[in-house]
Amino acid sequence: MSKPTTDQVPDGGVVAEDPADHSVWPLWEVFVRSSRGLSHVHAGSLHAPDPAMALRNARDLYTRRNEGTSLWVVPAAEITASDPDAKGGYFESAQGKSYRHATYYTQSEGVPHL
Amino acid sequence: MATHTPQLHAVDAPGEQITAEAQRAADDARLGWERFQELIEQDKRVEPRDWMPNNYRKTLVRQVSQHAHSEIIGMQPEGNWITRAPSLKRKAVLMAKVQDEAGHGLYLYSAAETLGTSRDQMYQQLYTGQAKYSSIFNYPARTWADIGAIGWLVDGAAITNQVPLCRASYGPYGRAMVRICKEESFHQRQGWEILYTLSHGTEEQKQMAQNAVDRFYGPALQMFGPPDDESPNSQQSMAWKIKRFSNDDLRQRFVDMIVPQAEALGLTLPDPDLKWNQKRGHYDYGDLDWEEFFSVVKGTGPLSHQRLAHYRAARDDGAWVREAAAAYAAKQAEADRGSALLRA
Amino acid sequence: MSEALGFTAADSATRISAGEAITPEELRSAGAQADEDTARYALILGDDSLILAQRLGHWISRAPELEEDIALGNIALDLLGHARFFLTYAGTAWGKTEDDLAYFREEDEFRSARLVEQDNGDFAKTIARQLVFSFYAHELYRRLVDSSDQTLAAIADKALKEVAYHQDHAGQWLLRLAGGTDESRQRMQAGLEAVWAYVEELFADVEPTAELAGTGVAVLPSSLRENVMNGLRHLIDQAGLEMPDVKAAFGADRTGRFSEQRGHILTEMQVLARRHPGATW
Repeated sequence: MSKPTTDQVPDGGVVAEDPADHSVWPLWEVFVRSSRGLSHVHAGSLHAPDPAMALRNARDLYTRRNEGTSLWVVPAAEITASDPDAKGGYFESAQGKSYRHATYYTQSEGVPHL
Repeated sequence: MATHTPQLHAVDAPGEQITAEAQRAADDARLGWERFQELIEQDKRVEPRDWMPNNYRKTLVRQVSQHAHSEIIGMQPEGNWITRAPSLKRKAVLMAKVQDEAGHGLYLYSAAETLGTSRDQMYQQLYTGQAKYSSIFNYPARTWADIGAIGWLVDGAAITNQVPLCRASYGPYGRAMVRICKEESFHQRQGWEILYTLSHGTEEQKQMAQNAVDRFYGPALQMFGPPDDESPNSQQSMAWKIKRFSNDDLRQRFVDMIVPQAEALGLTLPDPDLKWNQKRGHYDYGDLDWEEFFSVVKGTGPLSHQRLAHYRAARDDGAWVREAAAAYAAKQAEADRGSALLRA
Repeated sequence: MSEALGFTAADSATRISAGEAITPEELRSAGAQADEDTARYALILGDDSLILAQRLGHWISRAPELEEDIALGNIALDLLGHARFFLTYAGTAWGKTEDDLAYFREEDEFRSARLVEQDNGDFAKTIARQLVFSFYAHELYRRLVDSSDQTLAAIADKALKEVAYHQDHAGQWLLRLAGGTDESRQRMQAGLEAVWAYVEELFADVEPTAELAGTGVAVLPSSLRENVMNGLRHLIDQAGLEMPDVKAAFGADRTGRFSEQRGHILTEMQVLARRHPGATW
């Protein structure tokens, strides 16, 4: 692919509205803790009329094979998300600060327990 | 997930009067497009809130929703045998499998929803007969052996198709496929086992098994789609890394896989041209009936009407339930707001 | 499989396993042997679950929403599992398998209650049937875990946890249908009315259950009535519906006066197995 110039940008964009607004039952995001000691991890989504049914449906859908010991359901519309990394410097600040990491400090190599 | 970014439009040169806002939109679009190309080239994943070309989005919505519809309609031929499964173990296995298909449809609809099309919109497309789904599900499951053949050949073809899709460039689609592939690993095996048991059973059972394989072999090979030179959308999908292999490549991979499996079953694949080609290192196989395929795709399948009618009846019969649950939720939310006000 | 697909170990949300609960196959190989009466009791328990699972299986691909296809599928699978345990155990008394008992008994040899034989009707009727049966089953298994028969106690222990969930499923839907729209409220009330005549049969002290209850093997059905009915009344009140005022159907003995549906259910369920007697599947 060649380097694009402005006039080569095809028709495109990002999703502007929540598709779940067009559904009779709202969309929920499901988080599963696979075993004690681990974090809840996003497993997928589903539709449900209310929180209790969302939790029931999550159990029936996402833990049919012992995937979980705990579940969270969150209304998808309630999630506030950061902009994608392409749009400016949201995650730029964390780059290049290697002094935040233990590997930056090499003098102590070979010294026990350090 | 809800996003509140305004829709960005393509950059059509706005002439002399470039407003600051239009310029910003143009810059965002260019940035998004560059980033999109970079992600595809570097084999990274595109995620829901990323800028993407409309055609990429449209192609994905079409492919993912068709895939989802196939899972949903695919519940019917097998569901047809749940109440008649010949042993309790087989009944349990079949019930779990058909139920998995509902789950797989659901995972896929969810993936498509992240692209901005709601599940109810996709349901509507299926309901009105506009949407396509895998044409194989328009064939009847006539005998118990068909349940074996569907598991072995139809799910086998589906898995061959799906494993590379786990690396599809669109993140949510790839993740849905990972989950599906993990769950489906039992589907093909249980089908093969049904056929194995039948082909080692009574003469009548063996006949039943052979007959099912005879009927499902061709349509299963056609599940990979038309030959490469007749598949106009394939190339763009591969450039976008939605698809990783061509229809014919995947079909060949599948044929090479099932020939020894058929031998192990003691059943024959109904293709007189099927033979090992030493030079190619693959099995050659005979021509498929593409006329029938395209006709079935257009809705003339033996059971196309029945499948759609079944689906519509389920949606129609369930409408009052869905409305009731939504109404109840609204009343509860209202009551919660009321009591919160009282407390305040 | 996972390696070929490039799954990462960190993807804990899709980590799957079969779990450690007892399976019907294990029950058979464990070598427990039921006596004649215990086997006949196990048949009663197994037949109820089997017929209800058969009824619920019909919903898959026909439920009001995809999520509900899956929920009803899970419940049907649980019930089928219970049936397989009970029939497998019953079979040990006569050298028969679960399939011999499920597929080669005649209509008048089954002992299912008329409640579970009722047709699915609309979703509200199915929920009404689920509600009654799951309240009954929960109370039954809660007591059966103390059975002097260790196998029955072990099956009850597994089943109890599952029917608690079925109870919640039916209860949640009862509330939503009762409190949803006018139509759903009417349908839910009608659903309860439609199944109510067959509730009493669940509490009939039929043989051999009554005798076995005396020796601590079985739970006396009539002793379940109070708790089950109180639980149902409480929930129906909470939903704002009326307890149905329907007289119990005569003939609550699970034998000679079964429903006309039973024959149809069995005809469909058994047709293939009976066409090929002696075949393996």
